[in-house]
Amino acid sequence: MSSTGTEKTSAEYIQHHLQNLQVCQNDAGDWVWNHCAGNFWTINVDSMVFSVVIALFLGWLFSRVAKHATTGKPGKLQAFVEIILEFVNGSVNDTFHGKNKLIAPLALTIVVWVFMMNLMDLIPVDWLPGVAHLAGVEYLKVVPTTDPNITFAMSLSIFVLIIFYSLKVKGIGGFASELTMQPLSPKDLGVPKLLWPVVMTFNLVLETVAMLAKPLSLSLRLFGNMYAGELMFILIALLFGSIFSGIAGAFMGVGGVILHVVWAIFHILIVTLQAYIFMILTIVYLSQAHEHH
Amino acid sequence: MDFNATLFGQSIAMIVFVWFCMKFVWPVLMGMIEERQTQIADGLAAAEKGARSLELADVEKARVLGAARGQAREIIDQANTRAHGIVDEARTSADQERERILAAAQAEVGQEVNRAREELRGQVAAIAMAGAEKIISREINVTTHQALLDKLAAEI
Repeated sequence: MSSTGTEKTSAEYIQHHLQNLQVCQNDAGDWVWNHCAGNFWTINVDSMVFSVVIALFLGWLFSRVAKHATTGKPGKLQAFVEIILEFVNGSVNDTFHGKNKLIAPLALTIVVWVFMMNLMDLIPVDWLPGVAHLAGVEYLKVVPTTDPNITFAMSLSIFVLIIFYSLKVKGIGGFASELTMQPLSPKDLGVPKLLWPVVMTFNLVLETVAMLAKPLSLSLRLFGNMYAGELMFILIALLFGSIFSGIAGAFMGVGGVILHVVWAIFHILIVTLQAYIFMILTIVYLSQAHEHH
Repeated sequence: MDFNATLFGQSIAMIVFVWFCMKFVWPVLMGMIEERQTQIADGLAAAEKGARSLELADVEKARVLGAARGQAREIIDQANTRAHGIVDEARTSADQERERILAAAQAEVGQEVNRAREELRGQVAAIAMAGAEKIISREINVTTHQALLDKLAAEI
């Protein structure tokens, strides 16, 4: 791959692929595309479009299956949806023992949505951006979960739910004591009343860190895995550049095909696993929010 | 953004990957789905079968119950008939017994009467003989007129 003319260097190719399609309002008040560095009020249009389209597709698919559902022998699609549903319901029942009508539907939504967003990673990295290029769109990232905005949006929503249910189930006093009376209980330590605030402050710092680590780890884990996977596909794609230039290039091309296939097969596991982990941890965190100590 | 051989390489890799999924991933999912379908179909069939055998059992129950009821009625009828028979038989035998006893008593009475008459006849003959003997003792010999007296006694 040469860096002359319209061709890009490898670094440019990679950077181009990691750039979201962004829209924002500049200082002059005009809406502009892709000149949004440092502006918080920027929308990553590609992440939004793909995640929302996937969500709409899943909603349409599941509601269609639900409408046509039969109590007799199910069709193949219904059987598949039932398998997913039973799996999610089983996971929720294994982990969560409280009474909450939200958790199972939430877990189902998370697992199928994250799975489908991750699955976009298996589409070759140049296909959709290539089509977008023909349509005049310069940048396009097709995997919403490689955008930290998307993963953080999900994990922060779950964080809000954790706080909400902690307050609802334990009350303000219960939640406050959970944050301040453990892991070091001043009562069990036998410290004088005067020193209790010291222990409680120490606990509060520990518990706050633990609390904030939940959404942070949840979103960063998903983002990191998918971003790394995406990057691997982009790096492998670089091998194809010289496929027609000599024997060495041809070898690299063949090697690239093999690597791509192997990585894609491995990615089936990662895609599924990350969706599953996100779902399970959501259930675990919410069930912790429902537990009394 | 420009097109180059990368697109070919990716497309070839994608085709291979899709082939892999068709060959190894799809059949696994399909197997799960079809197993579930079979399980549900079997379960429904078993439930259907259970319902049908319950229906059959109900019919059989009604039949057995009807038969038992009929048999019971028959037995009661038989018992009634038998009871009537026994009563009738007893009445008949009692009548016969009464008639037999009556006949025996009458026969005894008859015998008694005959015996008394015989005795009386003997006594009348003896009284007549004694009277006649007293009346005609002097001129009539007992032995010569015995045959005549016997004849007289038999005529009484």
